[in-house]
Amino acid sequence: MTDMRTPLGKVRGLGSAHEGTDHFWRIRLTAVANVPLFLFFVGFLVSLNGADYATVRQALANPFVTLIFGLMILSGLYHMRLGMQIIIEDYIHGEGMKLALLMLNTFFCIAVGAASGYALARLAFGG
Amino acid sequence: MSKAAATRARPLSPHLTIYRPPMTMTMSIVHRITGGALYFGTLLLVCWLLSAAVSEDWFNVVNRLFGSWLGRLVLFGYTWALMHHMLGGIRHFIWDTGAMLEKHTATKIAWATLVGSILLTVLIWIAGYMARGTLL
Repeated sequence: MTDMRTPLGKVRGLGSAHEGTDHFWRIRLTAVANVPLFLFFVGFLVSLNGADYATVRQALANPFVTLIFGLMILSGLYHMRLGMQIIIEDYIHGEGMKLALLMLNTFFCIAVGAASGYALARLAFGG
Repeated sequence: MSKAAATRARPLSPHLTIYRPPMTMTMSIVHRITGGALYFGTLLLVCWLLSAAVSEDWFNVVNRLFGSWLGRLVLFGYTWALMHHMLGGIRHFIWDTGAMLEKHTATKIAWATLVGSILLTVLIWIAGYMARGTLL
């Protein structure tokens, strides 16, 4: 078959949406990061099961835990924003509703991120 | 051809109503559903972190809620959703390389995500109860 693409289009490799495989790549990248980060999280929760407030507080004030939790929340929220974007684009066909939900999706992820970041900072630095 | 002719209701052969869903399709749907559940499940994580950050009283309130039978049921489901979505994701990594896409192999690893996710969830909860000292 004759290749109808221009040389410039081919070298950019971004296709008609001008995004190329960017969305696909980012969702895979964050997915790879999520595996060890969330396994650490599950292990952390299992080990703290039934622990009292002081123990939990102390564990959550550990700088390593703060760091891993921070990375987990960043990677996890980015991943779920991309995932929910696919779901919205697949099922919502009205342009207005779709745009509103896509905005809401981003706002939700940022709100969750802000609340967790605040909690992590307070747990790490006391107060 | 006029537009009306193309959009007029035309007879369809039966599809979803008589179609026996293959395991790969079912697990694909479950992957999306667990993803959606994990999305809103982050609110549970935020509640827990915030309560721990704010005060012992709030922490105890959240702990009591999460520790109730309903809370534990939700958290058990949350654990399973996370494990299923993780194994489903790993299956996608494998498929991304072009491996294991053959029909019967694909069906097998679709089953593996289901069985694996249930096994992992049960193991995590056994470990959790052991950490609590209420088991063994």
